[in-house]
Amino acid sequence: MRKFVLAVAALALASTAAFADVITDRQAVMKENARQVGTLVKMVKGESAFDAAAVLAALTALNDNVQKIDVAASFPVGSDKGDTTASPKIWEDPAGFQAEVDKFKAVTASAVGAPAQDLDALKAQVGTIGQTCGTCHEAFRVKKG
Amino acid sequence: MGAFKKFAVAALALGGAGAATLWWLALPERLGPDAVAALGAGDAARGQRIFDTGGCASCHAKPKSEGDARLQLAGGLELKTAYGTFVAPNISTDPNDGIGGWSLEDFANAMLKGVSRDGQHLYPAFPYASYARMKPAEVADIYAFMKTLPPVAGRAPSHTLAFPFNVRSGIGLWKLFYLSDQPVIAFADGTPEKVLRGRDLVEGAGHCGECHTPRGFDGGTRKGQWLAGAAAAEGQGIVPNITPQGTGISGWSESDIASYLETGFTPEFDSVGGTMVEVQKNMARLSAEDREAIAAYLKAIPPHPNGYPAPQPKPAG
Repeated sequence: MRKFVLAVAALALASTAAFADVITDRQAVMKENARQVGTLVKMVKGESAFDAAAVLAALTALNDNVQKIDVAASFPVGSDKGDTTASPKIWEDPAGFQAEVDKFKAVTASAVGAPAQDLDALKAQVGTIGQTCGTCHEAFRVKKG
Repeated sequence: MGAFKKFAVAALALGGAGAATLWWLALPERLGPDAVAALGAGDAARGQRIFDTGGCASCHAKPKSEGDARLQLAGGLELKTAYGTFVAPNISTDPNDGIGGWSLEDFANAMLKGVSRDGQHLYPAFPYASYARMKPAEVADIYAFMKTLPPVAGRAPSHTLAFPFNVRSGIGLWKLFYLSDQPVIAFADGTPEKVLRGRDLVEGAGHCGECHTPRGFDGGTRKGQWLAGAAAAEGQGIVPNITPQGTGISGWSESDIASYLETGFTPEFDSVGGTMVEVQKNMARLSAEDREAIAAYLKAIPPHPNGYPAPQPKPAG
């Protein structure tokens, strides 16, 4: 009996620990996305000069990162528990969440295909990317204290 | 609350004509003739700014509407709260299902006094406790703008509320405590015009305090924790503290705040989320001066610690 309890406890611990890794990993992906988007937003806000090569580099890095998102691997059932702002709606509406992820992939891919060549184009491009962030975060993220 | 009503409250406390006084106090109170005269003619172009500030379409357009559909104010959005489910009504110009038959005076009574055209108390899920602080001319402007919008047929379903919240006369008593046309934050003489303009937008039409301020057991906002953040009224999660203290935006500069309202990106390049997504889209339609005024006001208000409980300790592992 004691061994059984220990085994169950170890298993439980292992699975929470596994989810902790999943949560940390997916947060790292989001942080990296923010870093690349930040390069673009700084230009839009006039905090740095427009630089077409830097735009392409940031869009490429963003897109590479986004194409790697795998909902099944990064958002397994049960990983709404713990230190995460992922909303339970991700698992209540998996098709809706997948559609948002697919839209994000399409938006970043088409941005790399036609990177902004001037500031006005960049403003529009950043606007489209930002709205894609927003619609997903509107439905599938919960702010916690 | 007028002097006479204050006297009546005192009489009640002294054990006067209890039940009758209570009944009388809870009666819907409409705008007086002076207030109606102060409304003026209204201007549709100015009204659009107030309409965007209030985000009227975010609740009253059919959910998920984009483009011109956002101006078809058929209602239908559900707010699932602890009191029950509120459903945003049709406020299009349809004369039967919307408010096309309402006069400016009827409209102003709803906005400033929370009273419907047929003289019933409206539920404060319609945030008239904030709108009561709007200038009469702003109400006339928004009325003029809404008159330019299309009629849409069809009534939204009724609210489904639990007892005692389904008893509308209770709202009359609630209003004695929470309905006032006075600003929440009193600023000293010589406060910059920008801050005061921001106050009009945030405390009035923008009704930011309705989500960002914690509420007491009776559903009234706690003015001593104004904009300190709160547990979300719908679903899980929190609404951040937007005073110059706590874990919300205390580290943001005025230009960070204005930029967030324009672009939806935080200073860390995270994006806007939750119900703020709709709000930010509305704020992006305002002028840069208006967004800067909101930022200036948020930096000028009293700081408070977070208005919601600290998060639970993280689970082991």
